[in-house]
Amino acid sequence: MQTLVPPAITIALYFLIFGQLIGSRIGEMGGFDYMQFVAPGLIMMAVIQNSYANVVSSFFGTKFQRNIEELLVAPVLEATILIGYIVGGMARGLGVGVIVTVLALFFTDLSVNNWFITISMVLLTSMVFSLAGFINAIFAESFDDISIIPTFVLTPMIYLGGVFYSINLLPSFWANLSLANPILYMVNGFRYGILGVSDINIWQAYGMLAVFVILGFSVSLYLMAKAEKLRT
Amino acid sequence: MSSSQPPSALAISGLKKTYRDGFTALKGIDLNVEAGDFFALLGPNGAGKSTTIGVICSLVGKTAGSVSVFGHDIDHDFAAAKRCIGVVPQEFNFNQFEKVLNIVVTQGGYYGLPRKEALVRAEKYLRLLDLWDKRDVVSRTLSGGMKRRLMIARALVHEPKLLILDEPTAGVDIELRRSMWDFLQQVNASGTTIILTTHYLEEAESLCRNIAIIDEGDIIANTSMKDLLGKLSQEVLVLDIVESLPPDFALEGFHCHWIDAHCIEVLIDREQHVNSLFAALESQQLQVKSLRNKANRLEEMFVSLLKNPSKQSGIDYPHHGSAEVSA
Repeated sequence: MQTLVPPAITIALYFLIFGQLIGSRIGEMGGFDYMQFVAPGLIMMAVIQNSYANVVSSFFGTKFQRNIEELLVAPVLEATILIGYIVGGMARGLGVGVIVTVLALFFTDLSVNNWFITISMVLLTSMVFSLAGFINAIFAESFDDISIIPTFVLTPMIYLGGVFYSINLLPSFWANLSLANPILYMVNGFRYGILGVSDINIWQAYGMLAVFVILGFSVSLYLMAKAEKLRT
Repeated sequence: MSSSQPPSALAISGLKKTYRDGFTALKGIDLNVEAGDFFALLGPNGAGKSTTIGVICSLVGKTAGSVSVFGHDIDHDFAAAKRCIGVVPQEFNFNQFEKVLNIVVTQGGYYGLPRKEALVRAEKYLRLLDLWDKRDVVSRTLSGGMKRRLMIARALVHEPKLLILDEPTAGVDIELRRSMWDFLQQVNASGTTIILTTHYLEEAESLCRNIAIIDEGDIIANTSMKDLLGKLSQEVLVLDIVESLPPDFALEGFHCHWIDAHCIEVLIDREQHVNSLFAALESQQLQVKSLRNKANRLEEMFVSLLKNPSKQSGIDYPHHGSAEVSA
């Protein structure tokens, strides 16, 4: 309850303020009214934030209390531990994503342009940020360390990652700079799945996600193998 | 070792551990613990006990050497080795927000026990450790002694062949400590090999048959408890005497220290017999009311073996011995 409801309320406020109140004065974007345009971005934002938050907090909590040792002394493969946490993060991210999607339907009509792209984009994105949360938790030595990345890295990247606008509206320098933001590809890939419009090439988005998934798993397993890193 | 002999519960060979900061915690130790043993691993703070246990349990990576548990190498056959081990760490390391029963059952799951079986075993060990009434209590609300017993129940749920206890009775009151000793002796009697580290030397002397002392990353003694204590050259006896004794009281052939009018300490050499002490007292028409060792015998041997006895500050002494008469 405490993990699913608060993000739903936050996103509902985004829908109300950016979509309903301000969005009605913005007009069309990418050929859709602003509420329709922003809805996929807000769903993806909720998925990213909650996948990350779930794993970084639960794994750091386990490390902080040292009950990670329960798993490390047991005949459980490191990959199994990692997959367990990643699946947990994805479950929460996708759970919140479903709630936010249902909320979005109260504000606008959404029809899915391509189910495969929509589902694969949200699954891979959720997996990538669960892995990122896991790596953050391994390195974290205090509770401050698990809030620094979400506050100072993740939030700016999400806000500047095409959730609220199309990069076609930006001057060319800033539009080109935005292309260095991986979240732009994820948000636009998901938006393409739902609306059929995107600022970027969809295959570039898949390529980037594949690289991040492989890199995330490899780095996480490498860090887990060095068991001392897991002891506070 | 011939192939017909059962494998040792624990075989450590040339174990070295150097941490990233360059500190060498273990300098190539060899250790062998036979199946069924109740084994003490003693040492002052920072000697390498917890590092050794950490390596055995895969919590600490080793720099060199080999470790096998019941013949299973922890590097090449890690799953089988881990199944043989149950560990009770020094510090509480369970989920403080989880219920007691769930902690034990979940641990069973980590070892592949079906939930139904894990529930049966959890009930068995929680009852044996007098925690069954607390099964639905959130673990952080338990007392220190209960938390220690919870960790023992958790370590036993998969019924390991080797139980490693890292200071299991630290901070536990005497009554509870004694009941835990009884429980551990029962566990050992049922065939489980136990390795114990403790700061209570009386505990090691009471429970363990064999002992290794580790100091500054080296094993400085590895023998039976009986042999180790047999090497004590002297011990101090405290005698309560019925008759009054003068401050300059002396006993021929013995070094005596007058405590008060009815109490003396007598230093006994290994070659001397207690009978001769009684005979000397009787020759002066003195009756002994009671007799006890001044200091724990193992404590005296422990201190005498350490390279730097000042490091013994972490040891808890149930009976304080005076420096002038200690071995």
